Amino acid sequence: MSLLNKFLAAAVLAVTITGALAAGGVALDKAPVRFDDASLQQGAKLFVNYCLNCHSASSVRYNTLTQIGLSEQQIKDNLMFAADKTGEQMLSAMRQDDARKWFGAAPPDLSVIARARASEDGSGADWLYTYLRSFYRDDSRPTGWNNAIFPGVGMPHALWTLQGEQAAKFVTKDDGHGNQIKHLEGFELVKPGSLKPQEYDEQVANLVSFLTWMGEPGQETRRSMGWFVLALLSVFAVLSWLLKRAYWKDVH
Amino acid sequence: MSYCKIVTDKLQQVLGWVDERFPLTANYKSHLSEYYAPKNFNFWYFFGSLALLVLVIQIVTGIFLVMHYKPDASLNAAGVPVAFASVEYIMRDVMGGKFIRYMHSTGASMFFIVVYLHMFRGIIYGSYRKPRELIWLFGMGIFLCLMAEAFFGYLLPWGQMSFWGAQVIVNLFEAIPVIGPDLSIFIRGDYVVSDATLNRFFAFHVIAIPLVLIGLVAAHLIALHEVGSNNPDGVEIKKHKDANGIPLDGIPFHPYYTVKDIFGVSIFLIVFAIIIFFAPEGGGYFLEFNNFFPADSLKTPAHIAPVWYFTPFYSMLRATTSDFLPVLWAFITLVAGLTFRATSCVWVKRACVLAVVGVYWGFFGLTVFGFTPPPIDPVILGVHLGRGFDAKFWGVAMMGGSVMLFGLLPWLDQSPVKSIRYKGGLYKTALALFVLSFVLLGFLGTKAPGYAFFGLIPGGPVAAVSTILYLAFFGLMPWYSRMDKTKPEPERVTSK
Repeated sequence: MSLLNKFLAAAVLAVTITGALAAGGVALDKAPVRFDDASLQQGAKLFVNYCLNCHSASSVRYNTLTQIGLSEQQIKDNLMFAADKTGEQMLSAMRQDDARKWFGAAPPDLSVIARARASEDGSGADWLYTYLRSFYRDDSRPTGWNNAIFPGVGMPHALWTLQGEQAAKFVTKDDGHGNQIKHLEGFELVKPGSLKPQEYDEQVANLVSFLTWMGEPGQETRRSMGWFVLALLSVFAVLSWLLKRAYWKDVH
Repeated sequence: MSYCKIVTDKLQQVLGWVDERFPLTANYKSHLSEYYAPKNFNFWYFFGSLALLVLVIQIVTGIFLVMHYKPDASLNAAGVPVAFASVEYIMRDVMGGKFIRYMHSTGASMFFIVVYLHMFRGIIYGSYRKPRELIWLFGMGIFLCLMAEAFFGYLLPWGQMSFWGAQVIVNLFEAIPVIGPDLSIFIRGDYVVSDATLNRFFAFHVIAIPLVLIGLVAAHLIALHEVGSNNPDGVEIKKHKDANGIPLDGIPFHPYYTVKDIFGVSIFLIVFAIIIFFAPEGGGYFLEFNNFFPADSLKTPAHIAPVWYFTPFYSMLRATTSDFLPVLWAFITLVAGLTFRATSCVWVKRACVLAVVGVYWGFFGLTVFGFTPPPIDPVILGVHLGRGFDAKFWGVAMMGGSVMLFGLLPWLDQSPVKSIRYKGGLYKTALALFVLSFVLLGFLGTKAPGYAFFGLIPGGPVAAVSTILYLAFFGLMPWYSRMDKTKPEPERVTSK
């Protein structure tokens, strides 16, 4: 078995080196994702009020929201603006053709957006959390808005009444080759919104938590089931080891 | 007569009835209860049975996925491709669908992990050596089918990586001289990857390739049970038999190895469950993040990376640039020349000449014409190939060839011993370099072309050196395996 040991040692080393090499890239803010019902319900409220007008979440049905502690009646009364039955998909009322005319592109379906936006730089939630807090005023854009981590974005700042208006602070730096490169240094709140900056971050965190949950509803159940399955398989492993040992007693 | 006895007698009668019409008992004996396997199998010998287990997992989960999946690239009311949406439908609305899907997607990666380890076992213990060449070749066929199966299957979720991965790989066929461009359109069924491509890939994935795969697995096992298993010592257990003709170092596969393999299965299932329940995306390696965006023929991703199990070969394709070609040609000419001198087989000699002619064409194409068509249209002169092959052709030949090289191992290895246990430092060094280059190539293949280690050591030259090392492991094996200082093999198998 000495060869196995060497192989395993080499594998561990390789994985460590690979992990060390993989770091680096765009800095994203860590999203405080919370899967408690209160946060998710708050996120759902923001989602249907601010996102669902233009974006669909066509893989999600309204009654899926019963999993975050809402009753069918609550969903019907408070969250369903464009559907009659709770079994319906969460579809936007905006037509794809109109969207293309107005924004240059149809808004993407958001069902699995939190999974799609993950990368080496951070989780999909991190990207969304940073994105929704990085809009700034830019008069050169047709919508009047631009985004620090999604330059030239087609979407205007949908949450601007909450956050207010930010201006970007740029610093021009020489890159060492004589080129003047504009670096984003930070934002300045030029017109306050209805929420204080801290409150806004809090609400975006709720929304991002909801988007993450929506990417795979029941992911907490999957993880808790995992422990049960592992316990069961461990018992199976022990029993099969004992069986093997019993049979192999006479092999020398 | 007891009740138990009546039942046993009845069963014996039924069995007798069957045996007169079908060799059930005979097959049970020759493949299980009286198939004698060496008693000294170690850790590495779990992966054959595990590969069979994963095959069954893939087939069973695959059947249930096909019940709900729709190979349709048209957009639904929400503007999402139907195929993409049907996968999410399975994940959310089908009872247990989430686990069936995760088992299938994780199973694909686990299949390659298990098969790579199974192949590594064959390499270190010389399991491909005489008389097991055909087992190895059937295994190669299985490996190729597996790659095709993974490639076709990866298009089905119809995400961005599905689409662009297929686009890149099908475009590679364009590099084949003369027929290439038409061939790639023929494969796609369209000028770009489209609904036609999705439907035919679906057909290949769910029926054509699996049929061939199962046939090859049967051939692999029949050939194995004909000649008997190798073992970590690389000595034949059939040389020493008892009075009944049973190998002294052999034990019946059933029950000994069935119970042992069940233990292996239990450990495998624990690993499998950890991935499915806690990390089904495998950190973006098993399910690529970008593939959660629906396929869009108008948005090319900045970095198109194949799934991890293809990256070593993809890396070699990428490393084969015009700058690298002279090194490659020099290496091929060297190996072909050495082989030509050493071999007595006329067919090997002819293959060497063919390789050098290919190199000449490459050299000719690059130096004389700079990979541009020559001033006089060669098609008119009827010497279409005269302009030489370009870097893309060599890259594709490299990618295909690097996979096929494994099939030559039985004839490349000239060592007097089979197992690494009795091989010398020369072979062990070559193997270590091979494993290192394979891992480095695999890692670099997941990265964008401009990648540098620690931001300092550029990945390109590392990939080029690794490619040469990879080729050298095979190309120079006839020499280093003969020059190597080996230890004497034991008569009988050693430690348990």
